[in-house]
Amino acid sequence: MLTSSNFAQDVRQFMVFNFLYGQERSFSDDDSFMGEGIVDSTGVLQLVEFLEATYGITVEDEELIPENLDSLNNVSAYLARKLNTAPGGDALQETAAARGNA
Amino acid sequence: MISGSAISPDVLQVDAARETERITASIRDMVFNQLRRKGAVVGVSGGIDSSVVAFLCARALGSEHVLVLFTPESDSSPDSLRLGRMVAESLGVRSAVEDITPILRGARCYERRDESIRAVVPEYGEGYKCKIVLPNLIDANRYAIFSIVVQSPSGQTRKVRLSPSAYLGIVAATNFKQRTRKMIEYYYADLYQYAVAGTPNRLEYDQGFFVKGGDGAADFKPIAHLYKSQVYQLAAYLGVPEEIRRRPSTTDTYSLEQSQEEFYFSLPLAKMDLCLYGRNNGIPAAELAPVAGLDDKQVQRVYAMIDSKRNVARYLRAAPLLVDEVEGI
Repeated sequence: MLTSSNFAQDVRQFMVFNFLYGQERSFSDDDSFMGEGIVDSTGVLQLVEFLEATYGITVEDEELIPENLDSLNNVSAYLARKLNTAPGGDALQETAAARGNA
Repeated sequence: MISGSAISPDVLQVDAARETERITASIRDMVFNQLRRKGAVVGVSGGIDSSVVAFLCARALGSEHVLVLFTPESDSSPDSLRLGRMVAESLGVRSAVEDITPILRGARCYERRDESIRAVVPEYGEGYKCKIVLPNLIDANRYAIFSIVVQSPSGQTRKVRLSPSAYLGIVAATNFKQRTRKMIEYYYADLYQYAVAGTPNRLEYDQGFFVKGGDGAADFKPIAHLYKSQVYQLAAYLGVPEEIRRRPSTTDTYSLEQSQEEFYFSLPLAKMDLCLYGRNNGIPAAELAPVAGLDDKQVQRVYAMIDSKRNVARYLRAAPLLVDEVEGI
């Protein structure tokens, strides 16, 4: 099963690799990506692309808001909502399972 | 320079005569003494900022020491060249026209841009026009994420959110335009031993509304301390032709007309000016809101946007970094 902690772990890995260039820098699950200077708006777009490709979701224009995307906790909660309400949720879980995250 | 200490809409009023005197004295010192150059090259787009810089340079250095340059390309509005010529004629300065389209074609500027657009709008091709736009950022807490608006040859428009690679591809390709313009400006600067004038106003300079190595490159930037509304006040004082003063701000970079607000600030420039002033002077959002005609929350969002763009702009303004200071130079 996909859980919030799986999401947080995946997204943290993506953020560290893409925006911190693998360098050690601690940020908490609640830290603001923008506030901490980890991403700018182009970075948000890259995060969205990662979420769409990884979880097979479509992030709608109106969902491009900090409440959904500005921290690991926000992204996890957003993904949980999105995957639970999306039609074909099973297929989404299979996508993640194929990557070894389920 | 800024008169009035209370928060009123007049807070950006400037004594235009005194400010002109101060800037022209500084231009003379920068060009003749500090840079040791014989005059100034000013790239004039027909917009308010470059027109004011041309007027200031002519006043400071003498019209015989100024060369005004027009660098149209195939996406430029024909108005740009016409209004630019109006500036040169008003001032009686020398001017040169360099159509940069062939250089841009050689660099595959248009081709690369169109390839990036086709990644999100596959039908985009011959006869299409485009621009990139931001959503309304002040009425809701949204990210500044760009969409592309395309217009088909039959006039139908479509708006599509850009993928990161399409966005970066379009920006990287169109930046050839500003960098090519700067290359031509420096050709004339070398030819006549002139300095190149940069034309950003304070909003652009502060918020990084320029291309690094393009319009961001210059030997001096005489209006980088002036808010946009102050530039308009100087324009009126200097006698910049009215048509230029009345023309809405545009980037003149994309084939569909794109206002500067639409591209970068998503707020009318007069309001943006007041917000930047408020941010710079520590004015609480609630106090600035009624003056700017915005609500408290909107001003808070604009303040946050200003801070976030400042962070991004730091890279754009940074001089090359060195491992050690190089002594003896």
